[in-house]
Amino acid sequence: MNDTIDITLNGERRAVARGATLLELLASLELDPRAVVVEHNRTIVRRLALGDVRVAPGDAVELVHFVGGG
Amino acid sequence: MATAVETLRDTPFAIGGRTFHSRLMVGTGKYSDNETMVRAIEASGAEIVTVAVRRVDLDRTKQAGVLYHLDPKRHFLLANTAGCATAQDAVRYARLAREAGFNEFIKLEVIGDQETLLPDVQGLLEATQLLVRDGFKVLAYTNEDLVTALRLEDAGCAAVMPLASPIGSGLGLLNPYSVRTIKRRLKVPVVVDAGVGTASDACITMEQGVDGILMNTALAAAQDPVAMAHAMRLAVEAGRTAYLAGRMPRREVAVPSSPLEGMLD
Repeated sequence: MNDTIDITLNGERRAVARGATLLELLASLELDPRAVVVEHNRTIVRRLALGDVRVAPGDAVELVHFVGGG
Repeated sequence: MATAVETLRDTPFAIGGRTFHSRLMVGTGKYSDNETMVRAIEASGAEIVTVAVRRVDLDRTKQAGVLYHLDPKRHFLLANTAGCATAQDAVRYARLAREAGFNEFIKLEVIGDQETLLPDVQGLLEATQLLVRDGFKVLAYTNEDLVTALRLEDAGCAAVMPLASPIGSGLGLLNPYSVRTIKRRLKVPVVVDAGVGTASDACITMEQGVDGILMNTALAAAQDPVAMAHAMRLAVEAGRTAYLAGRMPRREVAVPSSPLEGMLD
């Protein structure tokens, strides 16, 4: 059985571990959960719930943060 | 230290129930490097600092986020919805920004034309209604149209932000009359956003009686952003103080400053 699934991460197709939670996904990307906001299939996932939500094949995940702007 | 403005008993600068010590707000975009940005913000004396919401670049260094360089305890982070062209997009960005956990303020932009970056006023009103209902304190970037400004106020904006001239243009205050009229007619704070190019622009804008100015490119694109930030700080204070002082009436003829009596035969 394949141990990865494909999701759309920040608009790009990416293979991630099957059954990974969003928290584990952030860890695999070496991202601090306090420094990003996560949107899963167009729904914002609160920081405390990141460990409860698992990604499924075809999911769309957006990871955003603050950048310079006016 | 007592300033002239305090002597003139200026009212506190408050938006959405929060009081801020500086009437100058600055953006964080387009600086050549982060150190210059940090020093320019420092020199500007600004408390409110705007930021944008964007995807994390997964292939680049994690230092790309602006919060690695700004202290959210020292600066009030005002997220924007820059780049959004529909009310729905703007609401999505605003909610993501709020989830970052700093505050419920949002600088709302709904852009209707890519060349001029002028706002889509219909989308702006729609987004304002949705965001206000959702508990946001909305600061709406708009054009200098009085009727739109009045409708934004009616929709519950915490502040209305008419432009001086198009974003990033540096053309200065093109329509002082309209901005003055908006300030006179609205009860909520009026903060001029966009278009200021140099210190005199900021001073003239503040002399119209508006509550504050938000600028970004005027600092970031100056030859010396830190020096320009200092100049802008002085200009905003000068313009505000001159407004409070009340300028002399304009006359079409000269009036001598020296006595006419006592002249030699």
